[in-house]
Amino acid sequence: MRFLETFFNGAVMAKYLPDLLSAIVTTLWLSAVILVLGLSLGLALACLRSLGRWYLTLPIVAFADIGRALPPLVVILICYFGLPGLGISLSGPMVLILVLAAVLAAFAEEIFWAGLTAVPKGQWEAGRATGLGFARTLFEIALPQAIRMGIPPLVNRALAITKMTALGSVIGVKEILSVSSSAQSFSGSATPLTMAALAYLAIFLPAVLLSRLLERRYSWAV
Amino acid sequence: MTAPAPVHQRPMLEINRLEKRFGETEVLKSIDLRVAPGELVFVIGPSGSGKSTMLRCCNRLEEPSSGTILLDGEHVTDCRGAALDRMRLKIGMVFQGFHLYPHKSVLGNVMLAQIRALKRPKAEAKARAMEMLEHVGLAHKADAMPAELSGGQQQRVAIARALALDPKVMLFDEPTSALDPELVGSVLKVMRQLRDEGMTMLVVSHEMGFAREAADRVVFMDGGVVVEAGPPGAIFGNPQSDRLKSFLARVSKAAE
Repeated sequence: MRFLETFFNGAVMAKYLPDLLSAIVTTLWLSAVILVLGLSLGLALACLRSLGRWYLTLPIVAFADIGRALPPLVVILICYFGLPGLGISLSGPMVLILVLAAVLAAFAEEIFWAGLTAVPKGQWEAGRATGLGFARTLFEIALPQAIRMGIPPLVNRALAITKMTALGSVIGVKEILSVSSSAQSFSGSATPLTMAALAYLAIFLPAVLLSRLLERRYSWAV
Repeated sequence: MTAPAPVHQRPMLEINRLEKRFGETEVLKSIDLRVAPGELVFVIGPSGSGKSTMLRCCNRLEEPSSGTILLDGEHVTDCRGAALDRMRLKIGMVFQGFHLYPHKSVLGNVMLAQIRALKRPKAEAKARAMEMLEHVGLAHKADAMPAELSGGQQQRVAIARALALDPKVMLFDEPTSALDPELVGSVLKVMRQLRDEGMTMLVVSHEMGFAREAADRVVFMDGGVVVEAGPPGAIFGNPQSDRLKSFLARVSKAAE
Protein backbone atom coordinates (compact mmCIF):
# COMPACT_ATOMS: atom_id res chain seq x y z
CA MET A 1 0.00 0.00 0.00
CA ARG A 2 2.82 2.33 0.91
CA PHE A 3 4.35 1.62 -2.49
CA LEU A 4 1.16 2.54 -4.32
CA GLU A 5 0.68 5.59 -2.14
CA THR A 6 4.20 6.80 -2.96
CA PHE A 7 4.35 6.14 -6.68
CA PHE A 8 0.74 5.91 -7.86
CA ASN A 9 -1.24 8.37 -5.71
CA GLY A 10 -4.56 8.81 -7.51
CA ALA A 11 -5.33 12.30 -6.20
CA VAL A 12 -1.91 13.62 -7.20
CA MET A 13 -2.23 12.01 -10.60
CA ALA A 14 -5.56 13.63 -11.25
CA LYS A 15 -4.29 17.00 -10.15
CA TYR A 16 -1.20 17.11 -12.34
CA LEU A 17 -2.43 15.19 -15.35
CA PRO A 18 -3.41 18.27 -17.41
CA ASP A 19 0.01 19.87 -16.84
CA LEU A 20 1.74 16.69 -17.75
CA LEU A 21 -0.28 16.26 -20.93
CA SER A 22 0.74 19.67 -22.17
CA ALA A 23 4.35 18.82 -21.22
CA ILE A 24 4.10 15.66 -23.33
CA VAL A 25 3.00 17.76 -26.27
CA THR A 26 5.99 20.06 -25.68
CA THR A 27 8.43 17.14 -25.53
CA LEU A 28 6.93 15.69 -28.70
CA TRP A 29 7.21 18.80 -30.82
CA LEU A 30 10.68 19.62 -29.46
CA SER A 31 11.79 16.08 -30.38
CA ALA A 32 10.28 16.29 -33.82
CA VAL A 33 11.97 19.61 -34.60
CA ILE A 34 15.31 18.39 -33.23
CA LEU A 35 15.16 15.19 -35.28
CA VAL A 36 14.26 16.91 -38.54
CA LEU A 37 16.87 19.64 -38.12
CA GLY A 38 19.61 17.37 -36.77
CA LEU A 39 19.23 14.57 -39.28
CA SER A 40 18.95 16.84 -42.31
CA LEU A 41 21.92 18.93 -41.22
CA GLY A 42 23.94 15.76 -40.60
CA LEU A 43 23.00 14.41 -44.02
CA ALA A 44 23.84 17.69 -45.73
CA LEU A 45 27.23 17.83 -44.01
CA ALA A 46 28.06 14.25 -45.00
CA CYS A 47 27.15 15.06 -48.63
CA LEU A 48 29.34 18.18 -48.59
CA ARG A 49 32.17 16.15 -47.09
CA SER A 50 31.89 13.64 -49.94
CA LEU A 51 32.98 16.39 -52.35
CA GLY A 52 36.45 15.84 -50.90
CA ARG A 53 37.43 19.53 -50.64
CA TRP A 54 39.66 20.20 -47.65
CA TYR A 55 38.07 23.59 -46.95
CA LEU A 56 34.74 21.80 -46.50
CA THR A 57 36.04 18.65 -44.83
CA LEU A 58 38.10 20.45 -42.21
CA PRO A 59 35.29 22.50 -40.60
CA ILE A 60 32.85 19.59 -40.91
CA VAL A 61 35.19 17.19 -39.12
CA ALA A 62 35.92 19.82 -36.46
CA PHE A 63 32.20 20.38 -35.94
CA ALA A 64 31.48 16.65 -35.72
CA ASP A 65 34.33 15.96 -33.31
CA ILE A 66 33.59 18.87 -30.99
CA GLY A 67 29.86 18.21 -31.13
CA ARG A 68 30.39 14.62 -30.13
CA ALA A 69 32.93 15.40 -27.42
CA LEU A 70 31.10 18.13 -25.48
CA PRO A 71 28.40 17.13 -22.98
CA PRO A 72 25.19 18.71 -24.35
CA LEU A 73 24.27 20.06 -20.90
CA VAL A 74 27.42 22.18 -20.85
CA VAL A 75 26.60 23.71 -24.22
CA ILE A 76 22.98 24.28 -23.21
CA LEU A 77 24.06 26.15 -20.05
CA ILE A 78 26.64 28.21 -21.94
CA CYS A 79 24.12 29.24 -24.59
CA TYR A 80 21.32 29.95 -22.15
CA PHE A 81 23.29 31.85 -19.51
CA GLY A 82 26.28 33.04 -21.53
CA LEU A 83 24.88 34.33 -24.81
CA PRO A 84 22.70 37.04 -23.22
CA GLY A 85 26.02 38.63 -22.17
CA LEU A 86 26.67 39.13 -25.89
CA GLY A 87 23.24 40.58 -26.35
CA ILE A 88 21.86 37.36 -27.83
CA SER A 89 18.89 36.24 -25.81
CA LEU A 90 17.38 32.94 -26.86
CA SER A 91 14.36 31.33 -25.24
CA GLY A 92 14.79 28.03 -23.40
CA PRO A 93 13.12 25.91 -26.08
CA MET A 94 15.17 27.68 -28.76
CA VAL A 95 18.46 26.91 -26.99
CA LEU A 96 17.39 23.31 -26.41
CA ILE A 97 16.46 22.85 -30.07
CA LEU A 98 19.60 24.46 -31.46
CA VAL A 99 22.02 22.61 -29.18
CA LEU A 100 20.44 19.17 -29.42
CA ALA A 101 19.93 19.48 -33.18
CA ALA A 102 23.59 20.44 -33.57
CA VAL A 103 24.73 17.51 -31.42
CA LEU A 104 22.51 15.13 -33.36
CA ALA A 105 23.88 16.58 -36.61
CA ALA A 106 27.45 15.91 -35.42
CA PHE A 107 26.67 12.25 -34.75
CA ALA A 108 24.48 11.84 -37.84
CA GLU A 109 27.18 13.32 -40.08
CA GLU A 110 29.65 10.70 -38.85
CA ILE A 111 27.12 7.89 -39.31
CA PHE A 112 26.14 8.97 -42.84
CA TRP A 113 29.80 9.48 -43.70
CA ALA A 114 30.74 6.03 -42.40
CA GLY A 115 27.97 4.61 -44.59
CA LEU A 116 29.19 6.54 -47.63
CA THR A 117 32.75 5.29 -47.23
CA ALA A 118 31.44 1.73 -46.91
CA VAL A 119 29.73 1.88 -50.32
CA PRO A 120 32.03 -0.07 -52.67
CA LYS A 121 33.95 1.99 -55.22
CA GLY A 122 32.46 -0.14 -57.98
CA GLN A 123 29.03 1.32 -57.24
CA TRP A 124 30.36 4.80 -58.00
CA GLU A 125 32.11 3.55 -61.12
CA ALA A 126 28.96 1.84 -62.37
CA GLY A 127 27.01 5.05 -61.89
CA ARG A 128 29.58 7.33 -63.46
CA ALA A 129 30.20 4.91 -66.35
CA THR A 130 26.49 5.04 -67.23
CA GLY A 131 26.66 8.81 -67.59
CA LEU A 132 25.33 9.78 -64.17
CA GLY A 133 27.01 12.87 -62.71
CA PHE A 134 28.54 13.07 -59.26
CA ALA A 135 25.38 14.36 -57.59
CA ARG A 136 23.10 11.84 -59.30
CA THR A 137 25.41 8.99 -58.39
CA LEU A 138 25.56 10.24 -54.81
CA PHE A 139 21.81 10.61 -54.40
CA GLU A 140 20.57 7.67 -56.45
CA ILE A 141 23.24 5.07 -55.75
CA ALA A 142 25.58 5.83 -52.84
CA LEU A 143 23.27 7.56 -50.34
CA PRO A 144 20.45 5.00 -50.34
CA GLN A 145 23.02 2.35 -49.48
CA ALA A 146 24.76 4.56 -46.91
CA ILE A 147 21.47 5.45 -45.22
CA ARG A 148 20.45 1.83 -45.07
CA MET A 149 23.71 0.93 -43.35
CA GLY A 150 23.26 3.87 -41.00
CA ILE A 151 19.72 3.20 -39.85
CA PRO A 152 20.46 1.10 -36.73
CA PRO A 153 23.03 3.55 -35.28
CA LEU A 154 20.92 6.53 -36.39
CA VAL A 155 17.87 5.20 -34.60
CA ASN A 156 19.87 4.70 -31.40
CA ARG A 157 21.30 8.17 -31.64
CA ALA A 158 17.96 9.77 -32.43
CA LEU A 159 16.40 8.12 -29.37
CA ALA A 160 19.29 9.18 -27.15
CA ILE A 161 19.06 12.78 -28.34
CA THR A 162 15.29 13.10 -28.02
CA LYS A 163 15.48 11.74 -24.48
CA MET A 164 17.89 14.60 -23.78
CA THR A 165 14.97 17.01 -24.14
CA ALA A 166 14.78 16.33 -20.38
CA LEU A 167 17.83 18.62 -20.10
CA GLY A 168 15.39 21.43 -20.88
CA SER A 169 14.33 21.16 -17.23
CA VAL A 170 17.47 23.08 -16.18
CA ILE A 171 16.62 26.06 -18.38
CA GLY A 172 12.92 26.23 -17.68
CA VAL A 173 11.52 24.48 -20.72
CA LYS A 174 8.10 23.11 -19.81
CA GLU A 175 8.77 19.57 -20.98
CA ILE A 176 7.91 16.32 -19.19
CA LEU A 177 10.70 16.17 -16.62
CA SER A 178 10.59 19.80 -15.57
CA VAL A 179 6.80 19.83 -15.17
CA SER A 180 6.77 16.60 -13.21
CA SER A 181 9.71 17.48 -10.98
CA SER A 182 8.15 20.80 -10.04
CA ALA A 183 4.90 18.94 -9.40
CA GLN A 184 6.90 16.61 -7.19
CA SER A 185 8.22 19.46 -5.10
CA PHE A 186 4.79 21.09 -4.77
CA SER A 187 2.99 17.89 -3.87
CA GLY A 188 5.74 16.19 -1.91
CA SER A 189 4.81 13.00 -3.73
CA ALA A 190 6.94 10.94 -6.08
CA THR A 191 3.88 10.18 -8.18
CA PRO A 192 4.45 12.94 -10.76
CA LEU A 193 7.87 11.43 -11.44
CA THR A 194 6.27 8.04 -12.00
CA MET A 195 3.92 9.74 -14.40
CA ALA A 196 6.92 11.24 -16.19
CA ALA A 197 8.52 7.82 -16.52
CA LEU A 198 5.28 6.42 -17.90
CA ALA A 199 5.00 9.33 -20.32
CA TYR A 200 8.53 8.73 -21.59
CA LEU A 201 7.74 5.06 -22.04
CA ALA A 202 4.53 5.91 -23.89
CA ILE A 203 6.51 8.07 -26.29
CA PHE A 204 9.70 6.12 -26.75
CA LEU A 205 8.58 2.51 -26.62
CA PRO A 206 6.47 2.91 -29.78
CA ALA A 207 9.39 4.79 -31.31
CA VAL A 208 11.69 1.86 -30.63
CA LEU A 209 9.17 -0.55 -32.14
CA LEU A 210 8.69 1.72 -35.14
CA SER A 211 12.44 1.77 -35.67
CA ARG A 212 12.47 -2.01 -35.89
CA LEU A 213 9.90 -1.81 -38.68
CA LEU A 214 11.99 0.84 -40.39
CA GLU A 215 15.11 -1.31 -40.22
CA ARG A 216 13.25 -4.19 -41.79
CA ARG A 217 11.78 -2.05 -44.53
CA TYR A 218 15.12 -0.62 -45.57
CA SER A 219 16.96 -3.89 -45.53
CA TRP A 220 17.73 -5.88 -48.61
CA ALA A 221 19.97 -8.84 -49.04
CA VAL A 222 23.49 -8.00 -50.16
CA MET B 1 32.80 -13.78 -89.68
CA THR B 2 32.88 -10.05 -90.22
CA ALA B 3 35.61 -9.10 -92.61
CA PRO B 4 38.44 -7.03 -91.13
CA ALA B 5 37.55 -3.36 -91.30
CA PRO B 6 38.54 -1.58 -94.49
CA VAL B 7 41.43 0.81 -93.97
CA HIS B 8 39.61 3.94 -95.15
CA GLN B 9 36.79 3.51 -92.64
CA ARG B 10 36.84 5.79 -89.62
CA PRO B 11 37.49 3.76 -86.47
CA MET B 12 34.72 3.68 -83.87
CA LEU B 13 37.28 3.84 -81.10
CA GLU B 14 40.70 5.32 -81.57
CA ILE B 15 43.45 5.34 -78.94
CA ASN B 16 46.49 7.45 -79.76
CA ARG B 17 49.76 7.44 -77.83
CA LEU B 18 47.95 6.74 -74.59
CA GLU B 19 50.13 6.96 -71.51
CA LYS B 20 49.28 6.45 -67.90
CA ARG B 21 51.53 6.91 -64.90
CA PHE B 22 50.74 6.23 -61.28
CA GLY B 23 53.38 8.36 -59.59
CA GLU B 24 56.68 6.99 -60.82
CA THR B 25 55.18 3.82 -62.26
CA GLU B 26 54.52 3.85 -65.98
CA VAL B 27 51.53 1.60 -66.50
CA LEU B 28 50.83 2.45 -70.14
CA LYS B 29 53.59 3.49 -72.51
CA SER B 30 52.22 4.99 -75.68
CA ILE B 31 49.39 2.67 -76.60
CA ASP B 32 47.90 2.94 -80.08
CA LEU B 33 44.78 0.98 -80.84
CA ARG B 34 41.92 1.26 -83.30
CA VAL B 35 38.62 -0.57 -83.15
CA ALA B 36 36.56 -0.48 -86.35
CA PRO B 37 32.76 -0.28 -86.24
CA GLY B 38 31.36 -3.72 -85.54
CA GLU B 39 34.74 -5.13 -84.68
CA LEU B 40 35.42 -7.30 -81.64
CA VAL B 41 38.93 -6.65 -80.37
CA PHE B 42 40.22 -8.89 -77.67
CA VAL B 43 42.99 -7.76 -75.34
CA ILE B 44 45.07 -10.42 -73.63
CA GLY B 45 48.17 -10.24 -71.51
CA PRO B 46 49.60 -11.09 -68.10
CA SER B 47 48.17 -9.39 -65.03
CA GLY B 48 49.78 -6.01 -64.51
CA SER B 49 50.24 -5.55 -68.24
CA GLY B 50 48.01 -2.47 -68.16
CA LYS B 51 45.12 -3.89 -70.19
CA SER B 52 42.42 -3.03 -67.63
CA THR B 53 43.92 0.43 -67.11
CA MET B 54 43.80 1.02 -70.86
CA LEU B 55 40.15 -0.02 -70.95
CA ARG B 56 39.31 2.22 -68.00
CA CYS B 57 41.00 5.15 -69.71
CA CYS B 58 38.56 4.77 -72.62
CA ASN B 59 35.67 6.09 -70.48
CA ARG B 60 37.94 8.08 -68.18
CA LEU B 61 37.30 6.07 -65.03
CA GLU B 62 41.07 6.32 -65.14
CA GLU B 63 42.46 9.67 -66.20
CA PRO B 64 45.08 9.29 -68.98
CA SER B 65 48.40 11.01 -68.30
CA SER B 66 48.69 11.86 -71.98
CA GLY B 67 47.43 10.83 -75.39
CA THR B 68 44.03 11.09 -77.00
CA ILE B 69 41.01 8.85 -77.24
CA LEU B 70 38.31 9.38 -79.86
CA LEU B 71 34.91 7.79 -80.07
CA ASP B 72 33.44 7.89 -83.55
CA GLY B 73 35.65 10.90 -84.31
CA GLU B 74 34.75 12.80 -81.11
CA HIS B 75 37.34 13.50 -78.46
CA VAL B 76 36.73 11.60 -75.24
CA THR B 77 39.86 13.00 -73.64
CA ASP B 78 38.79 16.64 -74.00
CA CYS B 79 35.42 16.24 -72.30
CA ARG B 80 34.78 17.92 -68.97
CA GLY B 81 31.89 17.76 -66.52
CA ALA B 82 28.49 17.27 -68.14
CA ALA B 83 30.06 16.73 -71.56
CA LEU B 84 31.99 13.78 -70.14
CA ASP B 85 28.78 12.37 -68.64
CA ARG B 86 27.12 12.62 -72.06
CA MET B 87 30.12 10.98 -73.69
CA ARG B 88 30.00 8.11 -71.21
CA LEU B 89 26.43 7.37 -72.28
CA LYS B 90 27.87 6.30 -75.61
CA ILE B 91 30.44 4.01 -74.01
CA GLY B 92 28.98 0.95 -72.32
CA MET B 93 31.08 -0.73 -69.68
CA VAL B 94 30.85 -4.12 -68.06
CA PHE B 95 32.88 -4.77 -64.93
CA GLN B 96 34.47 -7.87 -63.51
CA GLY B 97 32.47 -7.40 -60.31
CA PHE B 98 29.10 -6.63 -62.03
CA HIS B 99 28.40 -3.69 -59.68
CA LEU B 100 24.63 -3.92 -59.84
CA TYR B 101 22.88 -1.54 -57.45
CA PRO B 102 21.80 -3.75 -54.53
CA HIS B 103 18.96 -1.44 -53.48
CA LYS B 104 17.26 -1.51 -56.86
CA SER B 105 15.44 -4.30 -58.63
CA VAL B 106 16.82 -5.74 -61.84
CA LEU B 107 14.43 -3.52 -63.77
CA GLY B 108 15.40 -0.51 -61.64
CA ASN B 109 19.06 -1.16 -62.39
CA VAL B 110 18.45 -1.13 -66.12
CA MET B 111 16.14 1.90 -65.98
CA LEU B 112 18.10 4.24 -63.69
CA ALA B 113 20.59 5.82 -66.10
CA GLN B 114 18.06 5.80 -68.94
CA ILE B 115 15.83 8.08 -66.89
CA ARG B 116 18.41 10.10 -64.95
CA ALA B 117 21.18 10.46 -67.53
CA LEU B 118 19.56 9.88 -70.91
CA LYS B 119 16.32 11.63 -69.78
CA ARG B 120 14.09 9.04 -71.34
CA PRO B 121 10.45 9.11 -70.26
CA LYS B 122 9.78 6.44 -67.70
CA ALA B 123 7.48 4.31 -69.82
CA GLU B 124 9.95 4.30 -72.68
CA ALA B 125 12.82 3.45 -70.33
CA LYS B 126 10.84 0.57 -68.93
CA ALA B 127 10.01 -0.79 -72.36
CA ARG B 128 13.65 -0.51 -73.40
CA ALA B 129 14.79 -2.18 -70.19
CA MET B 130 12.42 -5.09 -70.71
CA GLU B 131 13.60 -5.41 -74.30
CA MET B 132 17.23 -5.57 -73.17
CA LEU B 133 16.46 -8.03 -70.36
CA GLU B 134 14.67 -10.17 -72.92
CA HIS B 135 17.80 -9.94 -75.02
CA VAL B 136 20.02 -11.36 -72.27
CA GLY B 137 17.37 -13.94 -71.36
CA LEU B 138 16.38 -12.46 -68.02
CA ALA B 139 13.04 -10.74 -68.61
CA HIS B 140 11.48 -13.13 -66.09
CA LYS B 141 13.83 -11.75 -63.40
CA ALA B 142 12.85 -8.10 -63.91
CA ASP B 143 11.36 -7.77 -60.43
CA ALA B 144 14.08 -9.74 -58.63
CA MET B 145 16.72 -8.05 -56.51
CA PRO B 146 20.35 -8.46 -57.66
CA ALA B 147 21.25 -10.54 -54.60
CA GLU B 148 18.72 -13.16 -55.69
CA LEU B 149 20.57 -13.78 -58.96
CA SER B 150 23.55 -15.97 -59.75
CA GLY B 151 26.79 -14.29 -60.81
CA GLY B 152 26.16 -15.11 -64.45
CA GLN B 153 22.69 -13.62 -64.28
CA GLN B 154 23.99 -10.51 -62.52
CA GLN B 155 26.57 -10.01 -65.23
CA ARG B 156 23.93 -10.34 -67.94
CA VAL B 157 21.82 -7.73 -66.16
CA ALA B 158 24.90 -5.49 -66.07
CA ILE B 159 25.26 -5.98 -69.83
CA ALA B 160 21.57 -5.11 -70.31
CA ARG B 161 22.04 -2.02 -68.14
CA ALA B 162 24.85 -0.81 -70.41
CA LEU B 163 23.07 -1.75 -73.66
CA ALA B 164 19.87 0.06 -72.68
CA LEU B 165 21.71 3.36 -73.17
CA ASP B 166 22.37 2.51 -76.84
CA PRO B 167 26.16 2.82 -76.62
CA LYS B 168 28.35 3.01 -79.68
CA VAL B 169 30.97 0.76 -78.14
CA MET B 170 31.00 -1.76 -75.32
CA LEU B 171 33.98 -2.20 -73.03
CA PHE B 172 34.28 -5.48 -71.15
CA ASP B 173 36.69 -5.58 -68.23
CA GLU B 174 37.28 -9.26 -67.45
CA PRO B 175 33.54 -9.94 -67.56
CA THR B 176 33.79 -13.62 -66.66
CA SER B 177 36.71 -13.64 -64.23
CA ALA B 178 34.50 -13.49 -61.12
CA LEU B 179 32.17 -16.24 -62.32
CA ASP B 180 31.97 -19.91 -61.45
CA PRO B 181 33.12 -21.89 -64.50
CA GLU B 182 29.66 -23.28 -65.24
CA LEU B 183 28.22 -19.75 -65.46
CA VAL B 184 30.82 -18.36 -67.89
CA GLY B 185 29.08 -19.81 -70.94
CA SER B 186 25.86 -17.84 -70.45
CA VAL B 187 27.75 -14.54 -70.45
CA LEU B 188 29.90 -15.45 -73.45
CA LYS B 189 26.77 -16.43 -75.32
CA VAL B 190 25.33 -12.95 -74.82
CA MET B 191 28.62 -11.40 -75.94
CA ARG B 192 28.69 -13.54 -79.07
CA GLN B 193 25.13 -12.52 -79.83
CA LEU B 194 26.11 -8.84 -79.46
CA ARG B 195 29.01 -9.30 -81.80
CA ASP B 196 26.77 -10.93 -84.38
CA GLU B 197 24.46 -7.94 -84.16
CA GLY B 198 27.37 -5.69 -85.08
CA MET B 199 28.21 -4.10 -81.72
CA THR B 200 31.71 -2.65 -81.51
CA MET B 201 33.44 -4.34 -78.61
CA LEU B 202 36.73 -4.04 -76.77
CA VAL B 203 37.19 -6.98 -74.45
CA VAL B 204 39.82 -7.59 -71.79
CA SER B 205 39.57 -11.23 -70.80
CA HIS B 206 41.35 -14.48 -70.15
CA GLU B 207 38.84 -16.55 -72.12
CA MET B 208 41.28 -17.67 -74.83
CA GLY B 209 38.83 -20.12 -76.33
CA PHE B 210 36.30 -17.35 -76.82
CA ALA B 211 38.97 -15.03 -78.26
CA ARG B 212 40.02 -17.66 -80.76
CA GLU B 213 36.49 -18.26 -81.89
CA ALA B 214 34.78 -14.86 -81.71
CA ALA B 215 37.42 -12.11 -81.90
CA ASP B 216 38.16 -10.24 -85.12
CA ARG B 217 41.50 -9.19 -83.77
CA VAL B 218 43.58 -10.07 -80.72
CA VAL B 219 45.92 -7.60 -79.05
CA PHE B 220 48.64 -8.87 -76.75
CA MET B 221 49.81 -6.38 -74.13
CA ASP B 222 52.74 -6.75 -71.77
CA GLY B 223 54.54 -4.20 -69.65
CA GLY B 224 52.30 -1.34 -70.75
CA VAL B 225 52.83 -1.73 -74.47
CA VAL B 226 51.07 -3.52 -77.31
CA VAL B 227 53.53 -6.27 -78.17
CA GLU B 228 51.63 -7.99 -80.93
CA ALA B 229 48.26 -7.68 -82.62
CA GLY B 230 46.53 -9.63 -85.34
CA PRO B 231 43.77 -12.05 -86.22
CA PRO B 232 43.27 -14.79 -83.60
CA GLY B 233 44.64 -17.44 -85.94
CA ALA B 234 47.96 -15.65 -86.20
CA ILE B 235 48.24 -14.66 -82.54
CA PHE B 236 47.44 -18.10 -81.19
CA GLY B 237 48.73 -20.20 -84.07
CA ASN B 238 51.85 -18.32 -85.04
CA PRO B 239 53.05 -16.01 -82.26
CA GLN B 240 56.07 -13.91 -83.26
CA SER B 241 57.46 -12.42 -80.08
CA ASP B 242 59.05 -14.41 -77.28
CA ARG B 243 56.88 -12.64 -74.75
CA LEU B 244 53.67 -13.79 -76.43
CA LYS B 245 55.03 -17.30 -76.87
CA SER B 246 55.88 -17.63 -73.20
CA PHE B 247 52.56 -16.05 -72.16
CA LEU B 248 50.61 -18.53 -74.29
CA ALA B 249 52.69 -21.38 -72.93
CA ARG B 250 51.97 -20.29 -69.35
CA VAL B 251 48.25 -19.93 -70.07
CA SER B 252 47.89 -23.32 -71.73
CA LYS B 253 49.84 -24.94 -68.92
CA ALA B 254 47.53 -23.37 -66.38
CA ALA B 255 44.52 -24.62 -68.32
CA GLU B 256 45.70 -28.23 -68.16
